Amino acid sequence: MRITRMVAVAAVAALSLGIAACGGDDGGDSGDTGSGSKSFEAGSTMEKLNKAQKITIGTKFDQPGFGLKGLDGKPAGFDVEIGKLIADELGIADDKITWVETPSAVREEKIEKAEVDLVVATYTINDKRKERIDFAGPYYEAGQNILVKADDTSITGPDSFKAGDKKVCSVQGSTPATNIEKYLANKASQLVVFDVYQKCVDALTNGQVNAVTTDNVILLGFIARNEGKFKLAGENFTKEPYGIGLKKGDNAFRTFVNDTLETLFKDGRWEKAWKDTAGKYVDETPTPPTINRY
Amino acid sequence: MSVLVDHFDVFASGFWLTFQLCLLSAVGALILGTLGAVMRISPVPPLRWVGTAYVTVFRNCPLTIVFFFAAFGLPSLGSNADFLKIPGLSSIFSRLGIDLPYFRFAIIALSVYTGAFVCEAIRSGINAVSPGQAEAARAIGLTFTQNLRFVVLPQAWKAAIVPLGSVIIAMIKNSALAGFFGLVGDLSNGAQNLTSALGEPIIPVFIGVSIGFLIMTVPLGLLLDRIERRRAVAR
Repeated sequence: MRITRMVAVAAVAALSLGIAACGGDDGGDSGDTGSGSKSFEAGSTMEKLNKAQKITIGTKFDQPGFGLKGLDGKPAGFDVEIGKLIADELGIADDKITWVETPSAVREEKIEKAEVDLVVATYTINDKRKERIDFAGPYYEAGQNILVKADDTSITGPDSFKAGDKKVCSVQGSTPATNIEKYLANKASQLVVFDVYQKCVDALTNGQVNAVTTDNVILLGFIARNEGKFKLAGENFTKEPYGIGLKKGDNAFRTFVNDTLETLFKDGRWEKAWKDTAGKYVDETPTPPTINRY
Repeated sequence: MSVLVDHFDVFASGFWLTFQLCLLSAVGALILGTLGAVMRISPVPPLRWVGTAYVTVFRNCPLTIVFFFAAFGLPSLGSNADFLKIPGLSSIFSRLGIDLPYFRFAIIALSVYTGAFVCEAIRSGINAVSPGQAEAARAIGLTFTQNLRFVVLPQAWKAAIVPLGSVIIAMIKNSALAGFFGLVGDLSNGAQNLTSALGEPIIPVFIGVSIGFLIMTVPLGLLLDRIERRRAVAR
């Protein structure tokens, strides 16, 4: 009991130190920023949030590397860092942010009902979603990739499956499973599908399959959890631009978030956020995507 | 309902694969079950214990768990069930011989699970043979094996065939689980793919799947009815 408590205390101490360190590095204008140090156009969403000194941000709580709620109750990851940086630019300190879990199915609804001010939750920009909400960004471009064992050099990309001797696993009824099918020589002897990715990773570990395929961010999460066992094979072969979900029609706020993202891209804070979180498990830092101001 | 026509190939190939799985598993279950029943009535105590333990474990475990151990437990023990790559059979049932082991794992799970029920059905059949038969056979000097082969089992089969049929029908329905343990392209997996990846409406797809299963189970049920009626006449 005592040991557990000591470990917990140590963990909390370490984490708070880490967070404090991050806050310090993030940029001079964060931290002790009060409402007075930023000024926004009267009546805008930015001014409202700045005056209230609080913001509600939706993210995922189960996406390692992007938004994962740990035992300390605080979400951490690249999406969370982006959320904090935007709050910084609004003159809101990190501890004034309320984090709300927004799983994929409820993201549009939460935005429409104004339960969250913005959503940063591995949120792929597409036209169907744009009918209900608006997107700022993209701030990251994900894509489908392939996970293989760390010592496997025989798979270099989706084309490696065309020979017909490599087996791949994905999740039942998912877009990645459909995408990979066109690279397979024989579906029956090359494709396995399960209900969750963990089973695919087990099959990869035990050698029933040679690879697992889905969005690179999910794969990065598995690399993170099994350090040194797996790696990505080659480049992404599809494009999933991640945007920040905002209430439809608030163009001033959208422009502000877009401007903020461009600033973050330029002054290196975006790169730092990436390297501190999801980027820990890949060698190269991606180039920031081009903001799409539609 | 247009999905039944548009994606007829999915249903047809799914039916064919499920049928292969059921056929092979039924054979496996009957072999395992008969062996188990023989063990349970054998005069050798350790064999009886093994038989009883087998039935107790597999009849009382949820099928999902059995499937789970077959699909994830065997691989971690280092087995890909390669002993099921039987040369002649693999050329007829192509899935049996391929590198991906999940078809073989499904056969193992279904056979082992159903085998426990088959064992009990056969044992009930054996119990229905009057003790006098076995005693008479022993009295004329038949060994245990001869006794089983020529006297007890032939009569036991007749008494057991109807409960056995029910066990096999249950097994056919249970085979729907295989699609959730890595078997690609059977009826349940095909349906899952149609509804979630291609966005087809759920109800027509499931009607299609039901038809697929009914094609296998209804004729089997009718056959059992006929056998039962014949037996009634014979008595």
